[in-house]
Amino acid sequence: MVTAALKEDLPGAGREISIEAVSHRFDLEGAPLPVLDDVSFTIEPGSFVALLGPSGCGKSTLLRLIAGLDHPASGAIRVDGAQVGAPDPSRILVFQDPTLFPWRTVRANVALGLEAQGTLKTEGHRIDAAINLVGLQGFDKAYPHQLSGGMAQRVALARALVNQPNVLLLDEPLGKLDSLTRLAMQTELVRLWQQSGLTAVLVTHDVEEALYLAQRVIVFGPRPAQVVADLTVDLPYPRHRGHPRIAELRHEALRHLGLEASW
Amino acid sequence: MASIELPLEAGRAPAPVQGWTLLAALPWFAAVAVLLLVPDLTYQPLGRELALIWGAVGGVLTLLGLFGNRLGRVGRWSALRGPWLFAIGAASVLWTVVTAKTGWLPQPFFPTPQAMLEVFLYDYGKILHSAAFSIWLLAKGFFFGAIAGFLIGVGMGWSRAVSYWATPLLRYIGPLPATAWLPLAFFIFPSSGSASVFLIAFSTAFPVAVLTWSGIAAVNRDYYEIARTLGASPLFLIVKVAIPSALPHVFVGLFMGLSTSFAVLVVAEMLGVEAGLGWYLQWAQGWAAYANMYAALFVMAAMCSGLITLLFRIRDRVLVWQKGVVRW
Ligand SMILES: Nc1ncnc2c1ncn2[C@@H]1O[C@H](COP(=O)(O)OP(=O)(O)O)[C@@H](O)[C@H]1O
Ligand SMILES: [Mg+2]
Repeated sequence: MVTAALKEDLPGAGREISIEAVSHRFDLEGAPLPVLDDVSFTIEPGSFVALLGPSGCGKSTLLRLIAGLDHPASGAIRVDGAQVGAPDPSRILVFQDPTLFPWRTVRANVALGLEAQGTLKTEGHRIDAAINLVGLQGFDKAYPHQLSGGMAQRVALARALVNQPNVLLLDEPLGKLDSLTRLAMQTELVRLWQQSGLTAVLVTHDVEEALYLAQRVIVFGPRPAQVVADLTVDLPYPRHRGHPRIAELRHEALRHLGLEASW
Repeated sequence: MASIELPLEAGRAPAPVQGWTLLAALPWFAAVAVLLLVPDLTYQPLGRELALIWGAVGGVLTLLGLFGNRLGRVGRWSALRGPWLFAIGAASVLWTVVTAKTGWLPQPFFPTPQAMLEVFLYDYGKILHSAAFSIWLLAKGFFFGAIAGFLIGVGMGWSRAVSYWATPLLRYIGPLPATAWLPLAFFIFPSSGSASVFLIAFSTAFPVAVLTWSGIAAVNRDYYEIARTLGASPLFLIVKVAIPSALPHVFVGLFMGLSTSFAVLVVAEMLGVEAGLGWYLQWAQGWAAYANMYAALFVMAAMCSGLITLLFRIRDRVLVWQKGVVRW
């Protein structure tokens, strides 16, 4: 019932994202720093894709481009055929830090998107549904400093989901959590994705996490990032971390990352 | 002495009596005794009335000491303030002795307690009226100054153009003490009252503007990006992201502005405004009425600390989310 409130009138749920020959560079003290080098791939609507690569290779940059926070130096990014322009609540980015607004309660943080879009009056009922969805009922009056890291990240997820995004961009959202919370949240991410039907793009540098969560893992090389492998994780959910196929794929992913020796 | 314990160590079952409060009654009774039994050097008015008041304080303290732990709020207050109540009583004894009884402190520069009572009894109307006038003048100036400073600060924090024009002006004119403008302001403005309001506003606006500006400059960039992906308009970014995030800085500016505005207020009242506590002080000096000056200073201190406390209360309410983030 909770999810029904979030799912109702989801217009077309997940969307297709196509990255077309995208290159990007930053200006670092006058010298150009190439970050993405001719990256192309397409993400199926409603799928869960993980972007895996060494730290600093340009994964976050690509996610920001999809969100519309930056624009690619060359190439194009299309969502359902339309070129990405300004940021839009249909594509929401969840950062590694929950970055909740400390002056707002949990409830007011979750309400942020509806407030910004001016739909608080008509869509306010979704706030409770979103808070329940991430299992934080009873905490709506708490302030961010009263939450643990895992709870804060759940609030960040609820703040995104309440807007019924078609695309959820996750930038190492579990990167700072302790390992137990991390495992629990991974299972929950899968549940949230399955229930909402949106397209999920997860950036991670954790091979296990990518293979446990995603249907497809795109592996990038060192900066400037290029796609070095595109692995399909052909396992049904719920998955088991010890599954031999996952071990196999991990070997392959590590090989593409040049870490074969550590397998 | 062993039975007397500092009431600060709470948590245990309440003692049957408040030791410190009982002890505090003693100097007040002593003060009555000194006042009535030792002859005054020169004639002093109202000796018996003052003895009555001090005796009443001693009596109330005795009762509070005996029954205070069963009295709720008042009792808790006296339990906490026992040592202070004792000290004030002791100070009253000392004051009576060194002024009225021995003259170790020369008259009339150090008025006797009786003379102070006389001022409060016969001049309280004028003092209260002056205080009310001062507060009203300050409130007007502070209000306009805070709003102007806030808007300037937000504008500078948000817009390059505003910052380009306002920063040098603020740098150059801001640090000038507002009182330096007094002679000119009295000349330009139609009344000394409006001139004072302007100067108080001026002295408040500077720190509020600078701190609002720095508060807005310090807002975490990620807040803006998060709000933008959630569909925020530029107005939303200012009103719901930048300003709330900068509010702790704004309050620091308000505290600084309020403190400097006190100085401007008093000087303005002394130099041109024909009312208010500053003017009362000046007037009392003209008549060499030292007791009146002390009375005015006493009320002025109460006014200033009361206004600061009020601002603290407002901040505690507005920034309730900060509790637990920072130590106050
Ligand atoms: N705004 C920026 N200006 C300059 N350099 C940047 C900027 N953002 C990222 N970079 C650089 O781009 C590279 C890729 O960054 P990022 O996309 O954050 O990597 P990651 O794959 O770890 O998420 C890094 O070397 C980083 O220093
Ligand atoms: Mg990153």
